[in-house]
Amino acid sequence: MIITVASGKGGTGKTTVAVNMALSLDNVQLLDCDVEEPNSHILLQPKIDETEPVYTKFPVISEELCVYCGKCSKFCAYNALFVAPKTVMVFPELCHSCGGCTLVCPKNAITEKERQIGVIKKGEANGVEIIYGELNVGEAMAVPLIKAVKNQMKSDKNVVIDAPPGTACSLVASVHKTDYCILVTEPTPFGLHDLKITVQVLRNLGVPMGVVINRAGLGDNKVYEYCEKENIPLLLEIPFDKKIAELYSRGVPFVAEMTEWKKKFLKMRDKIKS
Amino acid sequence: MKICVSASSGSLDANVDSRFGRCPYFVIVDSETMEFNAISNDSTNAAHGAGIQAAQTVVNMGANVVITGNVGPNAFNVLSASGIKIVIGASGSINEAIEKFKSGQLKEVTNPTVGGHFGMGKGMGRGR
Repeated sequence: MIITVASGKGGTGKTTVAVNMALSLDNVQLLDCDVEEPNSHILLQPKIDETEPVYTKFPVISEELCVYCGKCSKFCAYNALFVAPKTVMVFPELCHSCGGCTLVCPKNAITEKERQIGVIKKGEANGVEIIYGELNVGEAMAVPLIKAVKNQMKSDKNVVIDAPPGTACSLVASVHKTDYCILVTEPTPFGLHDLKITVQVLRNLGVPMGVVINRAGLGDNKVYEYCEKENIPLLLEIPFDKKIAELYSRGVPFVAEMTEWKKKFLKMRDKIKS
Repeated sequence: MKICVSASSGSLDANVDSRFGRCPYFVIVDSETMEFNAISNDSTNAAHGAGIQAAQTVVNMGANVVITGNVGPNAFNVLSASGIKIVIGASGSINEAIEKFKSGQLKEVTNPTVGGHFGMGKGMGRGR
């Protein structure tokens, strides 16, 4: 089963839930798709066995063959090509690597080259296999790296995906083709606001979902009321507890010291399965 | 000479829009006859690369000069590569801006005047 942990709002506890759940299950693969700021490995402290570069393609124009017809620039939905009267300019950071420009060019003047956008790292800790991406600083193209992380997925494993915050391309790429999405929120106006947006995205994608309320006891009841009204199951509450906060502040996953929580995460997984 | 002005709407009385890539209209004026031609700018809602797309429109229309308020790095680079003169700091109506340009009161720039995403408005959170 592939379960994604997402939130919309940043800092609600996605990584906390993903790592603690991974440590509670058997035969687990944890994929940290928050490639801009991967944090799961900080809690898990894996030994990294392998680092692989990840590349994306961009067009290169042969000035000898180009007749400056402008068909490539007209085709490009992301404005990565500009055709001036006597030159063509390429903006690799805007290119989404679809390859369409190479197909529409009537003179076969366009070839594709690769550039590195980041790396993926693979390691293991406490029986959990972890794979995470690290996007180069200043790089806008997170999706190809997220896909590279997800390509490492093994079908015989219980897969937990730690998704990035936000509700745009990076989230969609992370949650795409997963069986279930856990939405981690906090009972505050901010948590509720961003939860509502994320619920809309997941409904559009047709991914079933449930909510984990982190820092329960803080704030108000509006998240509970919203979930009830929208028929979104409440899977688990993690209390606003000093011990949990202390362990987090030291970079320790709380199930490591509060082992009774493993059962709660297992129960949550069983609830999701049924 | 064909002068392209970034504009709030499609006439000579329209105001100059200070944004290049995301202005609503481009008004292309023949500086000798003051005959003009207005086209709406398709790049206003582009997530990325609005300046590049807008510059492609301007180049395709055969403009020699662009008059606007500000110009970002990508638009500056592509307009320069196309041999188009970039004149900034314009405000008021298009008629006024063209008169000021003709009398040398507006300055041609040799560097971008704002960073990327300048014309996207505040709080759109699209910087990722």
